[in-house]
Amino acid sequence: MEARHDPESLSPPQISAIRRSLTSGRMAVTRRSLLRAGGAGAIAVGGLGALGGCGIPPAGRTEADNSADDHSAEEKRVSFSNWTEYMDVGKGNRHPTLDAFQRRTGITVKYTEDINDNVEFFGKIKPQLAAGQATGRDLICVTDWLAARMIRLGWMQRLDAAQLPHAYAHLAKPFRTPDWDPGRAHSYPWTGIPAVIAYNKKATGGRKVTSVSQLLDDPQLKGRVGLLTEMRDTVGLTLLDMGKRPETVTADDYDAAIARLQKASDRGQIRRFTGNDYTGDLTKGDIAACMAWAGDLIQLQADNPEIEFAVPDAGYMTATDNLLIPNKARHKRNAERLIDYFYEPKVAAKIAAYINYVCPVDGVREELAKIDKALADNPLILPDEEMAAKSHAFRSLSSREEAAFEDKFAKLTGA
Amino acid sequence: MATVTPDAPPADAPVQQAPVRRTAVRKRLVPYWLLLPGILWLLVFFAAPLVYQASTSVQTGSLEEGFKVTWHLQTYGDALSEYYPQFLRSVLYAATATVLCLLLGYPLAYLIAFRAGRWRNLLMVLVIAPFFTSFLIRTLAWKTILSDGGPVVGALGSLHVLDVTGYLEITAGQRVLATPLAVVCGLTYNFLPFMILPLYTSLERIDGRLHEAAGDLYARPVTTFRKVTFPLSMPGVVAGTLLTFIPASGDYINAELLGSTDQKMIGNVIQSQFLRVLDYPTAAALSFILMAAILAMVTVYIRKSGTEDLV
Repeated sequence: MEARHDPESLSPPQISAIRRSLTSGRMAVTRRSLLRAGGAGAIAVGGLGALGGCGIPPAGRTEADNSADDHSAEEKRVSFSNWTEYMDVGKGNRHPTLDAFQRRTGITVKYTEDINDNVEFFGKIKPQLAAGQATGRDLICVTDWLAARMIRLGWMQRLDAAQLPHAYAHLAKPFRTPDWDPGRAHSYPWTGIPAVIAYNKKATGGRKVTSVSQLLDDPQLKGRVGLLTEMRDTVGLTLLDMGKRPETVTADDYDAAIARLQKASDRGQIRRFTGNDYTGDLTKGDIAACMAWAGDLIQLQADNPEIEFAVPDAGYMTATDNLLIPNKARHKRNAERLIDYFYEPKVAAKIAAYINYVCPVDGVREELAKIDKALADNPLILPDEEMAAKSHAFRSLSSREEAAFEDKFAKLTGA
Repeated sequence: MATVTPDAPPADAPVQQAPVRRTAVRKRLVPYWLLLPGILWLLVFFAAPLVYQASTSVQTGSLEEGFKVTWHLQTYGDALSEYYPQFLRSVLYAATATVLCLLLGYPLAYLIAFRAGRWRNLLMVLVIAPFFTSFLIRTLAWKTILSDGGPVVGALGSLHVLDVTGYLEITAGQRVLATPLAVVCGLTYNFLPFMILPLYTSLERIDGRLHEAAGDLYARPVTTFRKVTFPLSMPGVVAGTLLTFIPASGDYINAELLGSTDQKMIGNVIQSQFLRVLDYPTAAALSFILMAAILAMVTVYIRKSGTEDLV
């Protein structure tokens, strides 16, 4: 048996068989197979080279190269990207306040409702901004944490305070000094967005839901609780409920809040983490109680009397959506004029009456009362002192913290 | 040398041959010219992004510091060990949805191909009609259909079907939404046309006389189906299952809208890593693992079905 493995002892037919298989069989080494192997090798080497050659440069930019030549004087227009349902609508789907701005200044507003989601919008404009190119937008409106990130990256332009007399004078006090944009050098708030608790009276069987503890623990609500996919709102409300301040949240506090939420999730208490689509679930009663955004609630309540809201005693979160001018915007001056226009109380009242979110403009109460007395008295649009005292904001995070927090939150939501 | 007559062929031959060869060369190049648009398309929209993603998957860094290629292959191991439940779930859900699509789609395709008569075109339009609305809207519609207080859940509840499915842990409590059942139903519904169309095309090509011949040879209808119709429709079955399984395993809309935290699929993880966590290397590595897994499964499947093991 041993001898068979000795090459010396191969019989002539065996040797010729091996030779045949090398030259003409499936494993034959022919010119073609060599070429093919060479080609594959070349592609592999080239591929590895290409892989190594790639890389994503640092996203931050220096102050100097941010502004484009301003064409505001010769091009009487400004392009404004905003969220859906964030501007008053009149006849023929026109926006009366924007039309009034055009009549007064001669500047046409190209208004686009192309922001549906902060993270998706960031993904969309990131390549241009990172490469120092224009986005084609002069004014955008994003939530505070994304505004903070883009300011941190140096992607947003510094505003010229001299061009913003109304905005400077009328910006309401609670909005003046966010920790992520001291002195509002780059941004002005469009709205405040309180995150509170909402419930469907019919679905809860008449029960009131007034705290996050109840959302997370009440067995009556099992499997019918909705939380928000906005990490800062969901975790912030939970932190408040645990007696911690979101303004000074530490990594340990954060982990404790996530653990608290995870426990409720493991018990099957939570039905879904949602964005704006909780409104449908809440109306149908599939979600009996949830964390919700105040502006949505005013509109939901108008359609469905079963919907109630509660401001937790422990406090609630207020985020803001903010107007910013991206780098290389062609019409910076026009955009600044538009921001300033929105801070005239008359204009602000018209918009607030339509969109029902917290209006960050001082002196709007009288104007709003002229349009609708009930809206002017609604603490979800113009918070009274008691309401304002309960408002909290999430501390701004460094990019490393943000990634770690988002990762933990993503795991909580199952992805 | 003999005198050359004016009409002697040798003098003319080279002159005539040159254009012939040029046409021959041109003719040989035609296929390549025809390939060119497709190849360019593939290079720009498939190969380049693929190389870019492959590179991203071996980079490390952060948005602010930038990402550099460090050949950190560990990302793959970490991603797999962290997210294997979502991988397995994706394969399980997609496979279940594919089988359901086949079970639902085959009889329908059979009916349309052989029995529909003048209704055939109308039925085909009905199969394709859902494509006229967006994927998202169609999935959202299911939230209304399967709503807790809706008639479907009411009927299933009073028939005690939900008790059975609850026992099997594919539903939770007295609800269908935010459970595995809802996600699989959504996947099945959304990808059903991808199963029916190839099935119909391959069934419709079968010569009806083969059925008669089988009958003449005393085959019962069942035997005819088993020995004649089904084997001949195999190309449609293979194409249909692939067209259903591959997109279904990467889908994230159904899990997002119809599922809860325990139904998230790998597509949801990739989306959240790319957009929320901004961990591009992990997201890219996950995409590659998914691609490789699908490729491996499909290869095995095609080999098997090619050797008629599946028939």
